Amino acid sequence: MRRITLWALSTLTTLVLLFSYHTSTSSKASTIAAPVVAQAPASGSGSASGDGSSATPSPTPSTGSASSGSSSSGSSSSGSSSSGSSPSGSSSKATTYDGDAVSTRYGDVQVQITVKSGKVAAVQVIQVPWNDQRDQEINSYAVPILNSEAVAAQSANIDMVSGATFTSDGYIQSLQSAIDRAHL
Amino acid sequence: MSAAPVAPPGPGATADQGPLRELSRRAFVEHVMGLPVSVHVRGDVEGPEVRTAVSQVFGLLRRADSVFSTWRHDSDLMKVRRGELSTEAAHPWLAEVEALCVAAAARTGGLFTADYAPETGHDPTGLVKGWAVEKAAAHLSHVPRISFCVNAGGDLVAGAGQGAAPTTWHVGIEDPEHPGSVRATVPLSRGGLATSGAAARGAHIVDPRTAMALDRPGSASVWGPTLLWSDVWATALFVDPELGRRALEKTDPAYRCLVL
Repeated sequence: MRRITLWALSTLTTLVLLFSYHTSTSSKASTIAAPVVAQAPASGSGSASGDGSSATPSPTPSTGSASSGSSSSGSSSSGSSSSGSSPSGSSSKATTYDGDAVSTRYGDVQVQITVKSGKVAAVQVIQVPWNDQRDQEINSYAVPILNSEAVAAQSANIDMVSGATFTSDGYIQSLQSAIDRAHL
Repeated sequence: MSAAPVAPPGPGATADQGPLRELSRRAFVEHVMGLPVSVHVRGDVEGPEVRTAVSQVFGLLRRADSVFSTWRHDSDLMKVRRGELSTEAAHPWLAEVEALCVAAAARTGGLFTADYAPETGHDPTGLVKGWAVEKAAAHLSHVPRISFCVNAGGDLVAGAGQGAAPTTWHVGIEDPEHPGSVRATVPLSRGGLATSGAAARGAHIVDPRTAMALDRPGSASVWGPTLLWSDVWATALFVDPELGRRALEKTDPAYRCLVL
């Protein structure tokens, strides 16, 4: 009984996070549908055998297209993420960088960060595994956390990522590689 | 593969206000020892000393790999293991690291050890990475007017060069249950931070008390004055969070930890 309540509560939290994520981001960027877009490429699952890091690290400070390495994420239009205001100087312009697609035990994950005035302004997950019910549960949990964390960190700014030893195969779960790329 | 930067300096490079072009920042990435190694530099990043020091960082790591790698048939460590090279003739780093392994086992009350596998004998690889990355990063502390942070597969060293104040690097600690997402943020300006866990490489940490590989989820992060000891303690805390934390507080109170 207790467990069920807990479960229900956590589901509720997830939903709340989901919704708050949508609203909070939509005021900033026009790309809230991004995670869902990945549905198509991931369900092909052909990439699962491809042994990770499929996308070659193409240095793409893309301001228009989000296409890059991994397949059809281009449909997420997005990219520039405008980020309101954008006054004058080129230094305050938002630039997006795509991380490598990385194989996790849940499937391929790819993130994109938006850098504005030298800070991480937003993190978009542009490719997530979305194969079955379980994946959907995992992602509906993980994706909003990731985004809200990054946006919450906007003032704090995440400069580096630490986790259980990353190997070159899964070049830092994408997030570090995206951060690196922003400063190469 | 090359350490050469491919793009002009990051956003907000020169024109901005603030002391010493604070926003200038550049990253260099190479893969050494099977790990992605990212060197981030802030401050006067255009100086020739930066490029020299960064190549020295990668150079030292490659040298450490040639001495310690258990994947390379011709490493000093493997030659010594096979009896083809005497410890006296081997690179002096081997003895230095071996002494550190002994110290680490004593300091952690046996939660860290380099001698868990009787069939392979002494295996210092659990300590070598932190030791080597710290040694390598020291090259950057000779460069004037910069601060730096080196990330080698999730283990970090931060610091500052001559006459420069360190800057704060906000390190996102990855959620072990959801790779790619960040669970916590730790500010690091000088010193080291290491995380141990089974998430990314599968079970590769062995509990010295049982000689069994630890296959449980979760991770342990430790940060403090040095990466070497952060790394050792992170392993110890992943092996046994409770005992490890108590030993850490008693022995090395300058270090902080986060167990996820």
